Amino acid sequence: MSTNHSSHTLEAVPHVDLHPHEELPFWRKYIFSTDHKVIGIQYGITSLIFLFFGFSLMMLMRWQLAYPGEALPILGKLFGDERMPDGIMLPEFYNQLGAMHGTIMVFLGVVPLAVGAFGNYVVPLQIGAPDMAFPKLNMASYWAYFTGGIVMLASFFIPGGSAQSGWTSYPPLSDVTVPGLWGGQTWWLIGMVFLISSSLLGSMNFIVTIIQLRTKGLTFMRLPFFVWAQFVTSFLLLLAFPPLEAAGVLQLMDRVAGTSFFLPSGLMVSGQILPNTGGGNPLLWQHLFWFLAHPEVYVLILPALGIVAEIIANNTRKPLWGYKSLVFAVIFLGFMSFIVWAHHMFLTGMGTAISAFFQTTTMIISIPSVIILSALFISLHGGSIRFNTPMLFALAFLPMFGIGGLTGLPLGLAASDIPLHDTYYVIGHFHYVVAPGTIFGLFAGIYYWFPKITGRRMNEKLGKIHFWGSFVCMNLIFFPMLIQGLAGVSRRLYDGGQQYAHAQSVLYLNEVMSIAAWVMAIFQLFFIVNFFWSRRKGEKVSANVWEATTLEWAATTSPPLAHGNFSKIPEVHHGPYEYSVPGQVKDYLPQNELAKA
Amino acid sequence: MEIPYTITARPDTGLFNAKLGVWLFLTSEVMLFGALFTTYILLRVGAPTWPHGELDVPLATLNTAVLITSSITMVMAWASLVLKEWKKHKLYLAATILLGVAFLVIKAFEYGHHFAEGELPNKSTFLAIYFTLTGLHGLHVIGGMIVNSYLFFMGGKMWKTQPERFTNRIEVAGLYWHFVDLVWIFLFPVLYLL
Repeated sequence: MSTNHSSHTLEAVPHVDLHPHEELPFWRKYIFSTDHKVIGIQYGITSLIFLFFGFSLMMLMRWQLAYPGEALPILGKLFGDERMPDGIMLPEFYNQLGAMHGTIMVFLGVVPLAVGAFGNYVVPLQIGAPDMAFPKLNMASYWAYFTGGIVMLASFFIPGGSAQSGWTSYPPLSDVTVPGLWGGQTWWLIGMVFLISSSLLGSMNFIVTIIQLRTKGLTFMRLPFFVWAQFVTSFLLLLAFPPLEAAGVLQLMDRVAGTSFFLPSGLMVSGQILPNTGGGNPLLWQHLFWFLAHPEVYVLILPALGIVAEIIANNTRKPLWGYKSLVFAVIFLGFMSFIVWAHHMFLTGMGTAISAFFQTTTMIISIPSVIILSALFISLHGGSIRFNTPMLFALAFLPMFGIGGLTGLPLGLAASDIPLHDTYYVIGHFHYVVAPGTIFGLFAGIYYWFPKITGRRMNEKLGKIHFWGSFVCMNLIFFPMLIQGLAGVSRRLYDGGQQYAHAQSVLYLNEVMSIAAWVMAIFQLFFIVNFFWSRRKGEKVSANVWEATTLEWAATTSPPLAHGNFSKIPEVHHGPYEYSVPGQVKDYLPQNELAKA
Repeated sequence: MEIPYTITARPDTGLFNAKLGVWLFLTSEVMLFGALFTTYILLRVGAPTWPHGELDVPLATLNTAVLITSSITMVMAWASLVLKEWKKHKLYLAATILLGVAFLVIKAFEYGHHFAEGELPNKSTFLAIYFTLTGLHGLHVIGGMIVNSYLFFMGGKMWKTQPERFTNRIEVAGLYWHFVDLVWIFLFPVLYLL
């Protein structure tokens, strides 16, 4: 695939160089850039800030959960009388923090980091492409995301405060809480429209890029597993988000135009019948919401699985075990994720037949997940493992994601879900998947690709402190949630369950979890310091520091901007993980190098 | 370095980038309108009564004809480019845009009539879903007209420098325009006739 493959059709017309090589002004090069690497970095920085912000919201909530009704010293006064009078958190503010923590972590933190940042930076390099297929749409995607984020943040400062009906925004509550344009929920919906548009543009772009711009010799079964993960993720985003957009439009109509899509007839609010026409159906929102939000779970997890697979293959110095099973499992997983959504709704009274169907599909989807996890575990067998920081995070991902997955099984079965639904068990379960699961995967990715971007390695000592501290704290935060949930403590309680007799025996855990969360924040400082310090002073390394095989390492360090990643587009000769091939000089055989005969 | 396959098709997929892109976009649009049609079915099945004859069928029939005609002119605009007949292309593309305007004007008359009668979205579930579906469809029509107008006025310059690429653009815009037409083909019987 040479660079002039299309020029023979253009010979009759004057040649137009669409991407002149003279220096672009600063704002075109780094702010409104169309280069996938710059956009990837923009996504990365923005989403890391949002991740820390979402984490801070949770640290505030953890104060109220550990010490209900006590004034937060020093910081408490900063939030004003309408949120924390005399430093004591109001229930409304607690609800705002909860709703926005979930929204920000999922839609503004993890997905943009996993897909927007890693996908943008790494996918075109790994497939040997000069850029994404649609660079301008790529830029539009980032700025739509940025705008959505600003709308979400601004909603904290409008009169009624931000959205406060949980990240799931279930009606009727979300329909009737501070209605109209100045309700935080309306801003949430508008913010979501921007975020959905952003992910639509992004996912189209990824699919077209992966199908169309693969370099010569890079067949589908030679793609690195990370590219496969992004490919399937993009399909999930493309097809699952529009129903939530539809639901968002309907809820916006309910809140602004006074319709009753989600409001049943005769609904009582504060002791009075609502004047709306009624005839709506609150369950409809749940169906549309979970039609997105269940595939969304796999959007959160698949890119991290892809990163972990890359790092495990690289640091065990042997091919991934069962590459084909991994690929077919991830495709099947993507397909199945569209028909499991109602396992979030067993308690809504939708009927046993439907419950039976969805619990069956839910059990089926656990099969490909187990295949992927098993293949990654077996890949470790017989490897001479390099225990560097990325590898530590990748290794920790496996059991953490395992706990997250296995604790999900009782929730997927209708009978055992009845006592567990809406308890802290659910919170513990999905945080095990996303926090020590996905976020560890993403940290692994940052430590792994940092040298490609900057030419310097991140400090190993600080990295290891960051890893071990986070690993211990994560488990101290989330394991007690499983215990509390099994004791029957409900989620979203303003006082952490103080008023309930059945919660008394596990109440002490609230303080344990809160302290662990704050300590974990301290360990994140090691990461932040490491990030900025290594950027300037880290150990300088070669372009292929990890001695890896995939194409991004064939490019120079921080590959040149303006749609040119490679001086010459590489050609691929074999599969992605040719490590320790017998008879070779080196223990790795890059995809673009021919094997020695 | 230019991005491959913006103009010519990749041999093994048989598609240029934007064509694959627009098909993916349309699948996503199918999911959007699919969710709304599902909503319609669910609300209607759950309703004790459903109004009939509240909407103006003759006017909507006219609008259906207008939109189908605009789809035909859009194909002709593309076909003229393939045959290198620039003037015909301009004519057909202008016709497509004007038919889009006609559709919106007729729709505005319909809306105005409803508003004058006090038939607002908050009056009944039927009106709520009617305004939501047709309103969203109307936004899609406006979007298509913006694209077509850009290609008619500013975008046409590309014909002189990169005729194949411009033809591709018209084809892609056409695919979207047909989809907008197709949505109306579903909306018309569902809202007006059934």
